[in-house]
Amino acid sequence: MTINEIQDEIITEFSLLDGDMEMTVFYIMELGQKLPVMSDDDKTEENIVKGCQSKVWLTAGMEGDKIHFTADSNTAITKGLVSLLIRIFNGQSPESILGSDLYFMHKIGMERFIGTQRSNGFAAMIKQMKLYALAFKTKLGVKL
Amino acid sequence: MTTQGILSGIDVENIRKQFPVLHQQVNGRDLVYFDNAATSQKPLTVLNALDEYYKGYNANIHRGIHTLAEKATRAYEVTRLTAKNFINARSVQEIIFTRGVTEGINLIAASYGRTFLKEGDEIIISGLEHHSNIVPWQFVRDEKKAKLKIIPVSDNGELDIEKYKELLNDRTRIVSVNHASNSLGTINPIKEIIQLAHEVGAVVVIDGAQAGPHLTIDVQDLDCDFYVVSSHKMYGPTGTGFLYGKKELLEEMPPYHGGGEMIKEVTFEKTTYNDLPYKFEAGTPNIGDVVAFKYAMDFIQSLGRESVAAHEHDLLTYATSRIGALKGVKLVGTASEKVSVLSFTIDGIHPFDIGQMLDARGIAVRTGHHCTQPLMDRFGIEGTVRASFAVYNTRKEVDQLVEGLERVINFLK
Repeated sequence: MTINEIQDEIITEFSLLDGDMEMTVFYIMELGQKLPVMSDDDKTEENIVKGCQSKVWLTAGMEGDKIHFTADSNTAITKGLVSLLIRIFNGQSPESILGSDLYFMHKIGMERFIGTQRSNGFAAMIKQMKLYALAFKTKLGVKL
Repeated sequence: MTTQGILSGIDVENIRKQFPVLHQQVNGRDLVYFDNAATSQKPLTVLNALDEYYKGYNANIHRGIHTLAEKATRAYEVTRLTAKNFINARSVQEIIFTRGVTEGINLIAASYGRTFLKEGDEIIISGLEHHSNIVPWQFVRDEKKAKLKIIPVSDNGELDIEKYKELLNDRTRIVSVNHASNSLGTINPIKEIIQLAHEVGAVVVIDGAQAGPHLTIDVQDLDCDFYVVSSHKMYGPTGTGFLYGKKELLEEMPPYHGGGEMIKEVTFEKTTYNDLPYKFEAGTPNIGDVVAFKYAMDFIQSLGRESVAAHEHDLLTYATSRIGALKGVKLVGTASEKVSVLSFTIDGIHPFDIGQMLDARGIAVRTGHHCTQPLMDRFGIEGTVRASFAVYNTRKEVDQLVEGLERVINFLK
């Protein structure tokens, strides 16, 4: 699936929650619980995403020409939010990640359920993922 | 009147009518506001006073001779008189308006501390302090090469007075502690702390941020040298508060800020300063908020501070027993004397998640370190969930909080 197809899928899922804040928060945490486990060895200081109020660890690797992220957080809601980004970006090429427009955030009304602090953290997370994409793109370019 | 109301003499339903902000829905449910230790809501009398000031007599104070300036000046000074009576100071000259507790402590540290501290002198604070009663002392400690000593905190969140006695010596110049802890609610035995400090000749600063809305304050009986409060935690506007200081100390202290209002005469060679309290009130002050602050103090006085304390104590006791009984809950701070602050953690669930899940049900609590990181380190935790109660809160709201917490625990267990 393309990045936009996955975003559209997420938008549909959230629309079923009908704007109920409690259900939305519970749903986000459920998504977080389904995130593949990150090895404790990866939860290092240098893998912490700077700018998040909660602790978020993020690593990235290449599988063929596609990027694969793993992540975890010490708070359930942040973990759920990270899981959305991972679902969108995993298995995509560096170019498509770099060129992506994450319109799902606005469409699911994310600003309603993450405050100013968290949205800065969320932006920091996206920036970090795009930085990884840029690094891998450069690396691939060198190989070619 | 509810049962609790009969016990304390507080008519909560009637009080709630005076707080428009409480009557709203948040995320589809009736708002439950339990973040009062951060800031309290404002009654109509305060809101009306602000409105009337800006609509009726906004003017710069003290220097104008026109009618509006005179009216504004009088209202501003009436608040000073109200503040003097609120804490039983000897004179209005002992009341300096500030932006709040943070500015009050910074003023004392910068003016008194920089003037009177010498190398090797000692400042004592406690392990319960808010960052605003830590950082200003670190500034002056570093500048004057002084020492900063800390009164330790026991497992139940009380200050270790025996250790405090050991910290005191003839180099102790300043002791600065809170009257009540913002994170844990502990009411400190400040009268004893003050007396012990005076025995070694130290001056005592009391951070009254959390005591202002809850406790009776009598600075003459306490014999403290400085006492600071914030209006916004006492049902008043944000951005103001006052510092009480013993007149003889304030007179010895140099001004904190320079500018208009605080001067007697200025030439390019030399400036002489105005009398107290104006020496410490440089520039145009926060007139409107100071004017309205009077009505916040009147609100507390009209209810009776004993009645307010009794009502809040009832809420605290009720919430402590109900929340303390929930699975996985650990209460943080179980001092025998507390203001209405209940701090806790839940095993395996991050405070941020609890806060956000409660917000989804319209319940406002505080989560995190509450600007007391050293205290959180003392307990080996990152933060807590803090519910803090005001006079307009009810047992029914506590029940809503308990229900919300039960859902959180069941979902994330």
